[in-house]
Amino acid sequence: MTQFKIEVNGQTHELDVSPEMPLLWVLRDKLKLKGTKYGCGISQCGACTVHVDGVAVRSCVLPIAAVTSAVTTIEGLADGGDLHPLQSAWIEHDVPQCGYCQSGQIMSAAALLSNTPQPSDEDIDAAMAGNYCRCGTYIRIRKAVHTAASYYDASAPSAIGDKG
Amino acid sequence: MNEVKLSRRKLFKASALAGGGFLLQMALPISVLAAEKDTLVRSKALNVYVQIDADGQITIYSAHPEMGQGIMTSLPMIVAEEMGANWEDVKVLQAPVDTAQFGFQGAGGSTSIPRNYQAMREMGASAREMLIAAAALLMEVDTQDLEARNSEVVHASGNRRTFGQLAALAAQQEMPDPEMLSFKDPRAYTIIGTSVGGVDNLVIATGQSQFGIDVDLPGMKYATYSRCPRLGGKAVAFNEVEIKKLPGVTDAFILQPDARAGKASMSFIQGMASLRGGVAIIGNDTWSVIDAKNKLKVQWDETASSDDSWSGMVQQAQALARSDHGEVKRDDDQLEAAMSDPSHLALESFYEFPFVAHVCMEPMNCTAHFIKGRGGEPDSMELWMGSQFPAQAKEIASNMLGIAPENVKVNLKRLGGGFGRRAIHDFAAEAMAIAYRVDGPVKLTWTRTDDIHHDFFRVGGFENMRAAIDANGKLAAWDQHYIGFAHDQKPVIGSGFRGNELPMTVLERARVRQSMIALDTPCGAWRAPGANTNAFVEQSFIHELAVLAQRDHVEFLIELMGARRWTAEGNVNALNTGRAIDVIKMAAEKAAWGKPMPSGSAQGFAFYFCHAAHIAQVAEVSVDGSGNYHVDKVVVAVDVGPIINRSGALSQVEGSIIDGLSTMAGQQITMEKGVIEQDNFHQYPVTRIAQTPKIEVHFIESDHPSTGLGEPALPPLAPAVTNAIFAATGDRIRSMPLSAQGYQLV
Ligand code: FES
Ligand code: FES
Repeated sequence: MTQFKIEVNGQTHELDVSPEMPLLWVLRDKLKLKGTKYGCGISQCGACTVHVDGVAVRSCVLPIAAVTSAVTTIEGLADGGDLHPLQSAWIEHDVPQCGYCQSGQIMSAAALLSNTPQPSDEDIDAAMAGNYCRCGTYIRIRKAVHTAASYYDASAPSAIGDKG
Repeated sequence: MNEVKLSRRKLFKASALAGGGFLLQMALPISVLAAEKDTLVRSKALNVYVQIDADGQITIYSAHPEMGQGIMTSLPMIVAEEMGANWEDVKVLQAPVDTAQFGFQGAGGSTSIPRNYQAMREMGASAREMLIAAAALLMEVDTQDLEARNSEVVHASGNRRTFGQLAALAAQQEMPDPEMLSFKDPRAYTIIGTSVGGVDNLVIATGQSQFGIDVDLPGMKYATYSRCPRLGGKAVAFNEVEIKKLPGVTDAFILQPDARAGKASMSFIQGMASLRGGVAIIGNDTWSVIDAKNKLKVQWDETASSDDSWSGMVQQAQALARSDHGEVKRDDDQLEAAMSDPSHLALESFYEFPFVAHVCMEPMNCTAHFIKGRGGEPDSMELWMGSQFPAQAKEIASNMLGIAPENVKVNLKRLGGGFGRRAIHDFAAEAMAIAYRVDGPVKLTWTRTDDIHHDFFRVGGFENMRAAIDANGKLAAWDQHYIGFAHDQKPVIGSGFRGNELPMTVLERARVRQSMIALDTPCGAWRAPGANTNAFVEQSFIHELAVLAQRDHVEFLIELMGARRWTAEGNVNALNTGRAIDVIKMAAEKAAWGKPMPSGSAQGFAFYFCHAAHIAQVAEVSVDGSGNYHVDKVVVAVDVGPIINRSGALSQVEGSIIDGLSTMAGQQITMEKGVIEQDNFHQYPVTRIAQTPKIEVHFIESDHPSTGLGEPALPPLAPAVTNAIFAATGDRIRSMPLSAQGYQLV
């Protein structure tokens, strides 16, 4: 066991765990953040996607000892009470079926939008290539990413900041 | 297209609540009043499914498992519609697992809508009548002059009371006689037939939804379980000292096989959930027990193990296809004469389809807490899990551990996929057997490899097809030899010829034989059992025959249907050739069937009937010279009667098509001497976003009862695609997956 300090969703945590424990299980079992899911454990399905230093990574193959930057999980994506535009778009397009893959999908899409605010279908396909949806919600995922991107588009009537 | 009821404005308001997970923390109100489902509309209670608070909040309880099929949204929509409720005022909660209160609770076979439609209408209509009766008392007016709409009861004079104002008095009104209930005119529907977003979307999008795997209890331990890789074996010994010394591991022990767990009152799963022998590892977190599992060395007793080998099965099937073997299921006169008539064209083809796994996105898991009864108290068990038939777990506790069903509490969680896998509760049996030996609650999590190796697979199989075309280009004879699998002499689920298959139901001269190969590998229901393989064989072979006859495929199919009629008189769940012709024509028209296509691209057609659904699909596929193919578009025509939730129905069709594509393109489970050869997704790929076709869905909302849509859009996909590949390349594919035939989905 080793002492670790990690920052998740803006909060610092001190942990005493095996250095080999993947970030996924630290998040789920130690920090009780269950939004990040286990699907394969071998970086094939994307259910465990989180951001480390803003980059989408598969937390199931990332040992805690290798985590040196701030982590963001699905629970930390919304800005206080305001949903992330992707979360709103996901609801607007009724994307989820079983819902199990969707945290990972949204995290991959969020990393895409932060680098490429106006992605093409090809950009979306490339960024989302590592995320399985066993229920087959891909068509709506693509639409929802475009809708979220339109929230960012300054020329379009903005939904961001509309607090109703 | 996907108009969802939540306006953006409302959405952001709701978001303020999101941080606290408000839906999850909502406790079940104790005012839920017990009553038998069937008698409940006669009881004094408003009813067990609906509750109205004084502030106007309407709570509808969803009694059935939600696994992505949308039942937690679509059934409450029916209730709300009949009540005259405003959907924005409705909150849906998962009802407890209690068959005495809620009747049958389960999901499978695309039956939730047909089975519950009328009951849901009655719930809503009786609530409405009681609200109206309360309003009549309060306003001192006649009930005839009152109408329920927008969560209000409105008088002809314009005078109105909200449901919230009426709730307390309504609960005291006489429950109306169900025979006397009247139902809304469908033309006045404001909720049914619209697009309503899933009731859990907000919690899912914010990562707060609770699946079984997310359960967390004070003092909870974590467990893995390792079963014999060669199916049917049991553990004799393991490196116990080494395992128990690993950090984070608190205990490890062997469990003996236990057939008592398999006893089930639902006949289709009888015997299946038997506890497998193996090694349980208990620890302080999931990773510690997975890591220890990887270091486990077990001595297995394989005397009762499976010898199944896929390569051997293929050889056996090919030999059977060449023989006269088989139980004759149907044998019309003059069959061979028609086959050998010199004026006829005859054809013979051998088809093959593999075993496949379910790979629910959420691996199997179950949390169990066993409490030993002390001082004369009985033993009890509490469970948390996703399940398609949650009451099954109570039977397992009773049969395996002698715990009375009334002392077993099942907390049903949202399912991260079902597809038939969570109809069988072997994982619950394991969790209970482990919990029996652990102090406090324990969560058993399967690894993805466990999930693939120890699935109840979609059964593989083979069909040898023969047919003849007469001088007019019409189908004159059909001879089908189904070569499937049986366990203990009984065909496994999904294996074997089904008499209601096309073209049997519409053809006069046919012969069917069935041969069964003995099988040990466990098989179970997999999205559209039987249909998902038969459609590939039959709809491909019909296309082969149309080509042989030099006929247009669509015209050939329509001719086959003959006159418009029900093929089983008086059975609205039977194939109706008129409905079939209508979807075939609509798919052809919407896809501009026969339009010129660029070189390397072509259209393919398939029609299939199952689960009371008539569905036709046109696939547009592009293939390059190296066998890389992309499905550009799938046009679908569906008749399942009136659609309840348009958004949910579209989701089911899109999901089924993508699922059908995964299965057709690259999924295959093989086994050698009883050992499953695929370990994880790198050997068992699921369709990815870039491989997804455009999907265009057209609903024919015919005037027949609404039926389910969780399964029937899947079967026609594979033959529509392989028929298109034939049209593009001249290459006929008679075996799935296509990746084993030199075709790569891109
Ligand atoms: S669980 Fe990490 S990629 Fe599948
Ligand atoms: S919604 Fe079920 S796996 Fe994506």
